[in-house]
Amino acid sequence: MPAPLLDATDPWIRWDWVGSHVDLILADLTQHIELTAIAVGVGLLIAIPIGVLAWRYHGSRGPVLGLAGGLYTIPSLALFALLVPWTGLTVLTAEIGLVAYTLLILVRNIVVGLDGVPLDVRDAALGMGYRPLRQLLRVDLPLALPVIFAGLRIATVTTIGLITITALIGEGGLGQLLYDGLQRDFRTPLVVGATLSVALAVVADVSLASVQRLLTPWRAA
Amino acid sequence: MTFLGSVVHWFLNPAHWHGDFGIPNRVEEHVLMSVAATGAAALIALPVGLTLGHYGRGGALAINISNVGRALPSFAILVLAVQLVGIGATPAFLALVALAIPPIVTNSFVGMRDVNAELRDAARGLGMSDLRILVRVELPNALPVVMAGIRTAGVQVVATATLAALVGWGGLGRFIIDGFSQLDYVQVFAGALMVVALSAAAELLLALLQRALTPAGLRSASARERRRGLPAAAPVPEPAT
Repeated sequence: MPAPLLDATDPWIRWDWVGSHVDLILADLTQHIELTAIAVGVGLLIAIPIGVLAWRYHGSRGPVLGLAGGLYTIPSLALFALLVPWTGLTVLTAEIGLVAYTLLILVRNIVVGLDGVPLDVRDAALGMGYRPLRQLLRVDLPLALPVIFAGLRIATVTTIGLITITALIGEGGLGQLLYDGLQRDFRTPLVVGATLSVALAVVADVSLASVQRLLTPWRAA
Repeated sequence: MTFLGSVVHWFLNPAHWHGDFGIPNRVEEHVLMSVAATGAAALIALPVGLTLGHYGRGGALAINISNVGRALPSFAILVLAVQLVGIGATPAFLALVALAIPPIVTNSFVGMRDVNAELRDAARGLGMSDLRILVRVELPNALPVVMAGIRTAGVQVVATATLAALVGWGGLGRFIIDGFSQLDYVQVFAGALMVVALSAAAELLLALLQRALTPAGLRSASARERRRGLPAAAPVPEPAT
């Protein structure tokens, strides 16, 4: 790798470049949002049944959380690198890795959230004749929602950060701007990519917090 | 030859075990960098987190620093560090230290803050001085959580040091990055296996250190928690980038 020459006169941001590359920036931002939505959505679809089962059957808890924790300690670049020989430089490779990383956070918070449902509430539901599935959907999961949402927020913010790495396998959303800037030693795309990525994480976190408030009106102070 | 056969072959090739580009040197670089960065981060973050936790002040700062750290992609930190100090070992070190500080601050704060207030009262009742309470009561009780922060930070540093190959530094990431640019997926895969092994080793070593440093009286309690399936002193880890 040739050493990029640092050009001290290169300004941190050149607005003319931003102006002439709005389409590219918007496309990268859109891809970033799509990759995040798919990863978190699929992660949630997988995590809910696993989380509920791990909560119901105590014995499965250790192995389930252990496996998810093991996946989590694999460095992301290495995980993508391990997948590339089998699934290629594709969106699928990126999404498999991203979904894997959401699982630990989501499953953990689902189990912890369900554990926190007060016993007397569950007793009351039982006494009122709730069937197990109805109780799960109408009593347990709604009461666990705040903790589950906390996990959802962490998983989303984490995924938005991780997608900058998937630029290396060509599916990087805003990460492509970072990578491009690094390779050409040009600061503007770096600054734009990093700023938008952080901004996206903050917006996603705040939006999810608002959705949570709407879904759990009984917690409003 | 199958793909995995080629990977085995790659590892058996003696040329990959010698010199600056060889496996031993890359492992050494990776380990030294990780230890230095985690150590430096602990030196900075522990006094801050422990002090804030002891006085129960600055909780919003200590907790939010982790959330901000999560939102800021490590790749972005690395790339911006290069813009400030040029390529090579220095930006890698600075970026890794910056990444390792938040989890240590947050955990040492939470660990100190959550020490049972009755223990503090009892110690005061026994006539212990403030300093003695800090050293003999608060620190030992906070240690599992504090160590969990160092463990999270250390594993994250080992993982992120892989990315430093992108900014012209060595370490095990070289095999992955060079493999990608040469379209040599055997090398990519071999490098990834070594990175996984090293981060698993880091996780294991730090977990053992955490257990060794946990006072005996607390150990049985956390073992009970573990049997219930939820580790007592394990906050949600940082993203492994």
